[in-house]
Amino acid sequence: MTDITTAAPNGYTSDAEQLTGRLIVVEGIDGSGKSTQLDLLHKWLRSEGYATVFTEWNSSPIVRGTTRRGKRRKLLTPMSFSLIHAADYASRMHAQIRPALQAGVIVLADRYVYTAFARDAARGVNPQWLRDLYSFAVPPNLAVYFNVPLEESIARITLGRDELKYYEAGLDMGFADEPKESFRVFQSRILEEYDALCSEFAIKRIDATLPLTEQQAQFRAVVREQLDGVPRGPRNEITDLLQKTGLSGHYLAGSALRR
Amino acid sequence: MTALNFYGEPPAGIGDEALPGRLIVIEGTDGVGRSTMISLLKEWLETSGYAVVDSGLTRSPLVGPGIERAKRGHVLDPVTLNLFYATDFWDRFERTILPALRAGMVALVDRYIFTLLARGCVRGTSREWLERVYSFALIPDAIIYLDIDVEQLLPRVTERGFDHWESGGDYLQGVSVYDSFVQHQRAMLNEFREMADRYDFEVVDARRPAEPVFEDIRGRVERALVGLIHA
Repeated sequence: MTDITTAAPNGYTSDAEQLTGRLIVVEGIDGSGKSTQLDLLHKWLRSEGYATVFTEWNSSPIVRGTTRRGKRRKLLTPMSFSLIHAADYASRMHAQIRPALQAGVIVLADRYVYTAFARDAARGVNPQWLRDLYSFAVPPNLAVYFNVPLEESIARITLGRDELKYYEAGLDMGFADEPKESFRVFQSRILEEYDALCSEFAIKRIDATLPLTEQQAQFRAVVREQLDGVPRGPRNEITDLLQKTGLSGHYLAGSALRR
Repeated sequence: MTALNFYGEPPAGIGDEALPGRLIVIEGTDGVGRSTMISLLKEWLETSGYAVVDSGLTRSPLVGPGIERAKRGHVLDPVTLNLFYATDFWDRFERTILPALRAGMVALVDRYIFTLLARGCVRGTSREWLERVYSFALIPDAIIYLDIDVEQLLPRVTERGFDHWESGGDYLQGVSVYDSFVQHQRAMLNEFREMADRYDFEVVDARRPAEPVFEDIRGRVERALVGLIHA
């Protein structure tokens, strides 16, 4: 459990006890495999009869368009990059994460505030200001960091991809002209930040160079510790059918799997 | 010379540098007459040989269109809305205001962080949090605050019609737009008056006719411009 809730922009603090759901977040640099691991966890939780909600960094329907526009037109600077991502988070917290936690659902977040702490700090934004900015965030019940060496991440990212994106490679910072080199400098800074964040916020590390199944086993083990008392519905017919036929239900609309 | 002083830690991307221009902020609630005064000021400054740039809320190329779209949807919570404004503010600061100050121009800014602080506070957002977020703002050379009472605002606003957001329609319950407007504007005026001392506002009584108000403002701006080179 982390402690970032020091201020309450709209009377949001000190009602943690009303949040009966669980918030589980994954963190890691690009190419760490965190999204794959979260996806596998998602399927497992659903097959176990838990109601889940999935939320991704930078995906608010209200804010995302502006961020995309800023990226496409290269309008973003370290501060505006930071602020617009905070707006995106705020909107998801208000409309998606918080209500789901109040409803007793397990919320799975692909990247969380630590992404901002690591990435924006690597762009020179003041770390204390960042913590204050996100002080209204719901602290997660569990945060897992998929730790991958820089070379491995670069190999995974460049495999099957022609080009690195401008902001992803940190090209806005002028670290290097060549995208791959810039990516290397930027990601190594982010790795350092993540390293420090893991101790500061007691984030659980998983070695992302292990076989996928081994990582998933470790991931499930720490998640299981958080599941005591989480409402779990009777499996519905579709869940049973999926179970019987060994399918994950990946292509089914989420509603069919919820109770 | 505008001192490179921020309310908090210097924000990322701003180095130690000289800002020969002047940052003049005009603050005040909706309908108090800020735009009229800014037009007059701009004309006077340009006639006097100063180079002027003006900037107002939601005019940033980055966020402007996004805020307008989001506001139409009525699904905006106060924290998201405020962070949208903060992004807009920063974008305009970095793109318009700062380059003007570097170039020795007068940056005439219609509403600064104070309107944004007030809007957040009246909607129940923590003042402490808002002040920390907006601590990245540069301290202006002059903050001219146009003070008024709701009673004087009403006839001016009635003529152009009541706006949903200016009446606090997003957070106040009730059917009467008039009542909401009065309640929201009273709360906004309280916030401004509370900030006046803390942030060194120059309070201008805007209950008077336009001419004395303008003369009052002009005197204050003149003092803030002492030493600034002009044509």
